[in-house]
Amino acid sequence: MPSDVHPQLARLSPDEQRLLRPLVETSPGFYLVAGALGAVTLWGVIAYYLQLRFGLGRTGLNRPEYWGIYIIDFVFFIGISHAGTLISAILRVSKAEWRRAITRSAEFITVLVIGFGAIQPIIDLGRPDRVLFVFQHAQFRSPLLWDVISIGLYFTASTIYLYLPMLPDLAIIRDAGIKAPRFYRFLAAGYLDTPAQRARLERVIGVLAIVVIPIAVSVHTIIGWIFAMTLRPMWHSTIFGPYFVMGAIYSGIAAILIAMVILRRAYRLEEYFKPVHFDYMGRLLLVFSLLWFYFTFAEYLTAFYGGEPAEMRTFWAKLSGPFAVPFWTMVLGCFVIPLALMCRRATRTPRGTLIAGIAVVIGMWLERFNIVVPTSVNPRWEFESIARYLPSWVELSILAATFSGFILLYMLATKFFPIVSIWEIKEGREHSVREVADRVAGYLPQTPAASGD
Amino acid sequence: MTRWGMVIDLDRCTGCGACEVACKSENNIATVSPEQADMGRAFAWMKVMTEVEGDFPNTTMRFVPRPCMHCDNPPCVHVCPVAATYINDEGIVGQIYPRCIGCRYCANACPYTVKYFNWFAPEWPAAEREHLNPDVSLRPKGVIEKCTFCHHRLQKAREDARAETRELREEDYQPACAEVCPTGAIVFGDLQNPRHRVSALKHDSRAMRLMEDLGTEPKVYYLTPRD
Repeated sequence: MPSDVHPQLARLSPDEQRLLRPLVETSPGFYLVAGALGAVTLWGVIAYYLQLRFGLGRTGLNRPEYWGIYIIDFVFFIGISHAGTLISAILRVSKAEWRRAITRSAEFITVLVIGFGAIQPIIDLGRPDRVLFVFQHAQFRSPLLWDVISIGLYFTASTIYLYLPMLPDLAIIRDAGIKAPRFYRFLAAGYLDTPAQRARLERVIGVLAIVVIPIAVSVHTIIGWIFAMTLRPMWHSTIFGPYFVMGAIYSGIAAILIAMVILRRAYRLEEYFKPVHFDYMGRLLLVFSLLWFYFTFAEYLTAFYGGEPAEMRTFWAKLSGPFAVPFWTMVLGCFVIPLALMCRRATRTPRGTLIAGIAVVIGMWLERFNIVVPTSVNPRWEFESIARYLPSWVELSILAATFSGFILLYMLATKFFPIVSIWEIKEGREHSVREVADRVAGYLPQTPAASGD
Repeated sequence: MTRWGMVIDLDRCTGCGACEVACKSENNIATVSPEQADMGRAFAWMKVMTEVEGDFPNTTMRFVPRPCMHCDNPPCVHVCPVAATYINDEGIVGQIYPRCIGCRYCANACPYTVKYFNWFAPEWPAAEREHLNPDVSLRPKGVIEKCTFCHHRLQKAREDARAETRELREEDYQPACAEVCPTGAIVFGDLQNPRHRVSALKHDSRAMRLMEDLGTEPKVYYLTPRD
């Protein structure tokens, strides 16, 4: 508990003092972790330089294993990005009051991770110098182009959706005059938090929260379609669009939970990320672990029952062949562990959700591996020699650098922006408590009049 | 309407590999090291696939030469985001090397796995480097390449025919693999032209196409072995 108040924050309210503290105070541990993450990221940049210079031959990719770690990461990180915007928008639209403390940290995940996801296919390109050809020579029949459009739209929408609800907080920082006053004066864009401005802002946020939901759904649907539109065994599946959206939200929830546990610990935010938040998010994780099982079971049973030989080669490669270890680890991480931990209130604690969250994140990465690689190495043409795929150190370095780069950027973001929405907490205290009481009263029938018959 | 196509008689194929070699030298196909080849990075626009049937010593070996199928409904063309893979109005599926961004989506979409990627900048043994075919463009690193039915030969044959003010004849345009096949297993021509042998051969009772049920409409036909 921070007993002493930082001198720069002395004039502010207790909420503001607590939540702006990370902006003015940095522990040595922060620098240590940031330095380590920076080093890993730099290592990945060097690895990419080598790949750029000598060609994609520096990876473990081959024919017919054309897509590997980079495409897995692309699907995975864009999936994580569904954390923020979608969860936060759904909670906002459904008036879930417990959202107030967690939306900001979730939205930041979205905006920061989406870039790391979107660069993966560019890293995977043989000719990254020609990446702008997708605009210059756009061929709209290609699902890849649909993807370029939907990810572009999603990035724009979620950046606005992060920025606008942050305006009142940016105004608070500007008025407090801490850190870099000119930077915050610019970002706060003259927002004064007058009742008229606030009303307009809330109206815009309300509209945005609805608009981003279909955009977010479209993003991972189209990523699923990139695979589903081909005639490859176990890719050509109508379930892939919704399956990918569900998986994306699932891994997103897991990522938020991990971030919440770390933020809570690092910035002493126990007052804001309360056991109830972990309990509710844990329930959400539980629902998605069941959904995950339902979708996965439906997908595999359909393939198995049909028994088409080309499909079965991939099917058995996953269940009992060379990919059995990643497959069953995925089942463990995406289903068994989260189900066991999240079905009991006693383990829906910060510690329990952290373990479940990590299991789900690993499981969902493996799910994407199990989608991309086994199909790739089992082409439909049966004479084709069975291929192998062993990722090279270049690919693994870039994988590590993507994780570390994202975490580093997220850490830095917490040093410039309050990771819990100050004004929404304040609004919750001042208005919502009464509003919710009124709303609940409104759901109920009128108290019967005393003069009944 | 011209539809260039191929009929390969599997009864005549001896698996000698001449088509593979002719294709390599005709199309300036890069040579890779044995290690790279083991990784699955060798190029072979035309490849003689082998299938062993039965247990030793009673085994039969079957050979299936596999070029690009030049599908009339090509999955690779649909998915290319920049229209670097295209089908021309005579049915030849081509690749524009200076436009390809190297995403390899086409390679994944192709059910016949006939698209090859330049993992490194191409290399040739010194002796070969001096004798590259000037009619075929070299591919840079990072792009997809594939069988073109020796399209450059068609351009040349057309010019010759025009200069001599006559119709293009079947023998004027033959890809390297068909030209070199010692048993005449590979027959090439216009599937729609009744004067070309392929137009009759494709109706042979032994004629089939690979994975016809996928609806890709390949223009390479195989005459199945009589046994």
